[in-house]
Amino acid sequence: MDIERLTLVDIKRLLDTGESSAQEITEAYLARIEAVEPHIHAFLTVTADEAREQARQADERRAKGENAPLLGVPLALKDVISTAGVRTTCGSRMLETYVPPFDATVVQRLREAGALFLGKTNTDEFAMGSSTENSAFGATRNPWDTTRVPGGSSGGSAAAVAAAEAPAALGTDTGGSVRQPAALCGVVGLKPTYGRVSRYGLIAYASSLDQIGPLTRTVADAALLLSVIAGHDPLDSTSGQRPVPDYVAALAQADVKGKRLGVVRDWLDTPGLHPGVREAVQTALATYESLGATLVDITLPHSEYGLPVYYLIAPAEASSNLARYDGVLYGHRASQTSDIWDLFAKSRGEGFGPEVKRRIMLGTYALSAGYYDQYYKKAQKVRTLIRRDFEQAFEQVDVVVGPTSPVPAFELGERTDDPIQMYLADIFTLTVNLAGLPGISIPCGFADGLPVGLQLIGRAWDETTLLQIAHVYEQATDWHTRTPSETNA
Amino acid sequence: MNGVCFMALTREEVEHIAQLARLALTEDEKEMFRSQLSAILSYAERLQELDTDAIPPTAHAVDVQGVMRDDVVHPSLPRDAALANAPQAQDGFVIVPTVLEEHA
Repeated sequence: MDIERLTLVDIKRLLDTGESSAQEITEAYLARIEAVEPHIHAFLTVTADEAREQARQADERRAKGENAPLLGVPLALKDVISTAGVRTTCGSRMLETYVPPFDATVVQRLREAGALFLGKTNTDEFAMGSSTENSAFGATRNPWDTTRVPGGSSGGSAAAVAAAEAPAALGTDTGGSVRQPAALCGVVGLKPTYGRVSRYGLIAYASSLDQIGPLTRTVADAALLLSVIAGHDPLDSTSGQRPVPDYVAALAQADVKGKRLGVVRDWLDTPGLHPGVREAVQTALATYESLGATLVDITLPHSEYGLPVYYLIAPAEASSNLARYDGVLYGHRASQTSDIWDLFAKSRGEGFGPEVKRRIMLGTYALSAGYYDQYYKKAQKVRTLIRRDFEQAFEQVDVVVGPTSPVPAFELGERTDDPIQMYLADIFTLTVNLAGLPGISIPCGFADGLPVGLQLIGRAWDETTLLQIAHVYEQATDWHTRTPSETNA
Repeated sequence: MNGVCFMALTREEVEHIAQLARLALTEDEKEMFRSQLSAILSYAERLQELDTDAIPPTAHAVDVQGVMRDDVVHPSLPRDAALANAPQAQDGFVIVPTVLEEHA
């Protein structure tokens, strides 16, 4: 069993044919986790006992002739997604001992589909960051080069998949936090349309932008996981009522002939774009052309304002969402306090790390009396312009294509002292969240020996076209089959 | 950075924001956030280049409507489970420092 290349589709086949068992596959991943975790640190909690028990039950169910879409398939979950009875920290001292009393809807749906869980993956604190260095429990390292970051904030999930510690994982994407680490770790990362996947039980960062999405080895696996987790949830009033198409079946009809791919020239001319990333993306565009797609130059004139808009709106929402951590009902409580106000301020001051405090401060300022119109409302208006740019683009093209990240994986510590430098890591991804659109990052080559991601952006609710166009590229190339160990060997 | 003014926050402003956010900050943190928030807000000043007088704001990118449901009783979280994560609890209640002062 070549665990490094095993996909969810492979695992399903091995289990369906009886070639392997859930217990054998789960043991292989647990052994792998034990072997590589000292170098990678993708996990905050490994639930080995629970995983073994779930695998045993899955094998029993299969022996009785039962089946389910993911019966006996092991997965990993980003540690901002609530798991009943399993500690969920958000990478924060604030929630170091927090044990949710309920499952997130996505976890419940995966359980109903038969999946089992290997553990909870590392994240920037409350999903705020682009390198996983903001975790209170130490950074995750990039499996391709352990002196470099895996990206973030879902860096633990991306690294776990890249290092074959899990065949797939869920992450969350508020400004690029699934797609950017997927790019930096050489795996597939999908951010669905806002509202496609329930956020119930996802511990909130910025509620108008947050969305849960899969990190996988292949586009087909992303389609499979999306088909399980997507759909309306009465517990999330922002989850969409639209029917969920059969994403897996749609891949069989995938074709790019006659499809129009929008290329944002300004993105490829961005001064900070790494030349190796530009070259890999241009080669991918040529591949699409040779497969029969038409490239169309487009402009997104307001995308250059995406970064300031995002860093006003997301912190504003965060400052409101994180007001709930007051040391009373759950989370860290300061010990030496004079009164209730002192308890609030000290508990928060001790429990939150620097980036979370920075965003709470920024958001509080943007929402405060006298500055609301100048910052928050202004940002919401420019958000409208960014959204309209995409709407106009999609009158001409089926998807927008470009780089996921301007650079391949950077070194640990390289950007931690300069917040704006760190924020620039998400310059191509965060407009997609502002517009609520689906986006995917797929491996498209290497720069300086490090993986490069190609980003495809689709129309709202049209994950099908996005997955199809990504799948065709993947079928025509072999970047997704590369593994870190063969490079390091 | 033509046409962009530098937004320099004062230490008093930083302390005021921290007070609004109920965040106890160390002296080092106050100085760090003063300079970093000033830089980020200066960066955000470029939004003022755009004329947005006629543009409506976007709160949610995708249409979100108020959702009604039938008013049916569902099981709720048992009290023990709700209190299991509380830093201090006793007899089914959360313990906090005195909130209301006694007035003579």
